[in-house]
Amino acid sequence: MALIEFEGVTKTFRTGTSAKLIIGHIQDRLHRRERSLFHALTNVSFQVERGESLAIVGRNGAGKSTLLSLVAGLVDPNEGRVLVNGRVAALLELGSGFHTDLTGVENLWMNASLLGLTRKRTAEVYDSIVDFAGIGDFINKPLRTYSSGMVVRLAFAVAVHVDPDILIIDEVLGVGDSAFRQKCLDKIHEFHNLGKTLLFVSHAAGSLGAFCDRALWLDHGQVVADGPLDEIVPMYEGEVPVSVPEAHS
Amino acid sequence: MKKHAWGGDYLFLLTNLMQKDFKIRYRNMSLGVFWSLLNPLVTMGVLTFVFTKIFPSSQRAYPVFVLCGLTPFNFFSLAWGSGTQAIVESTAFVKRVAIPREIIPIASVLSNCLHLVIQIALLLFVTLIYNNPVNKNWLWLPVIWGFFIVFVTGLVMITSAINVFVRDVRYLVESFNAVLFWLVPVMYPFSFIPKQYHEIYELNPVAAMVMALRNILMENSAPGGHILRNMALVSSVTFMAGYTIFRSVKRSFYDYL
Repeated sequence: MALIEFEGVTKTFRTGTSAKLIIGHIQDRLHRRERSLFHALTNVSFQVERGESLAIVGRNGAGKSTLLSLVAGLVDPNEGRVLVNGRVAALLELGSGFHTDLTGVENLWMNASLLGLTRKRTAEVYDSIVDFAGIGDFINKPLRTYSSGMVVRLAFAVAVHVDPDILIIDEVLGVGDSAFRQKCLDKIHEFHNLGKTLLFVSHAAGSLGAFCDRALWLDHGQVVADGPLDEIVPMYEGEVPVSVPEAHS
Repeated sequence: MKKHAWGGDYLFLLTNLMQKDFKIRYRNMSLGVFWSLLNPLVTMGVLTFVFTKIFPSSQRAYPVFVLCGLTPFNFFSLAWGSGTQAIVESTAFVKRVAIPREIIPIASVLSNCLHLVIQIALLLFVTLIYNNPVNKNWLWLPVIWGFFIVFVTGLVMITSAINVFVRDVRYLVESFNAVLFWLVPVMYPFSFIPKQYHEIYELNPVAAMVMALRNILMENSAPGGHILRNMALVSSVTFMAGYTIFRSVKRSFYDYL
């Protein structure tokens, strides 16, 4: 059984539906406006086997984030089927559940429970999380005193201690200083070596080679190509106006 | 279909969410829990002054009487008002983590319950000061508060879900709360209400709660059988309705937040 299976998945969003007041709903009834549908994903099918890692490449607005939301179980598809047979942890917008008035420790516990760790497990890995974050005494201070780099360090430290079957990494590696970035990469390597599945998202595909052997290229919500990373990436980078590396022909 | 990708610790998350609301509220107040007591104490003092000095009422132990009304009413309006906003204010969670959505309104109501415990302590303290001794009917208190909290949770599930799609629901809730203050026997006794309205009044769990509290704390008697029956019925129906409505629309939250 595949770990992730997408079968003819279509996800549409109605544009202009958010944050309506009563008056908006009444106007819609009166004018019978045709709501325009935005196709974030159209008829997408692919499978990921256990232990396999996949890079998702594509421009802004190609449907990468929607695809990840579907894997993470945040939304349901309008058509088709999404099957995920494992636990997912997403490093999407790290620390979005943090509150600035709470201390680092309090946010740590809060975030651990949001990401699905049990109380017992959190207690077990607590020291390791604090150590990984490496922000010293700031751990006991309110988050509003943190630099943005410190917030990311704490968020990443918690996230890598969730023990998922699938780890979603959404362009977060551009953060922190180089020492911390190396620490993150080491941790991701560790996941990879444990045979976990990584889902990478990037529009700069260069850094993915170390972890992924396969890439899925999305454009305008459709799969353009699905195959070995070293074949797809040059095609993609050729499309997105960068000179095609001559080595790959 | 896929079950739940989250697979976390429900209880651990619930306690963390409750503590978070509670800590944030009190951390920004230099006097902390004292503020929880100040509001009911001041309102009690003012209303007691008005109804003993300006419009003298024959009601004995007026402070206990009015606090039996204020405690459930304040909890209700605060929990309902803040709970209605719960999903919209948790956009960061709803759009990023696949936690069970139901946990958000439930945690919101329960965090208000921490606040409520302090106010109940004040109510019992004032009750004792006015020579209403502890009696075995106090055992009914957890039962009726239980019904009441279930009722509020059901209501919050309904309005917090609708508020995602129609954002001015919160203003309707606020206005309704303002009106409700006068329609619940907080300042006046139930006996002032004309007979023909009695049954409607007793169907309102907030009014029923006030009456039950006065039965227990001031009359040393068990709450009336029909009051208990009404509370049990309205609470369970509201909760089931809330749960059903919430479940049927929660899948669309992501698109509207």
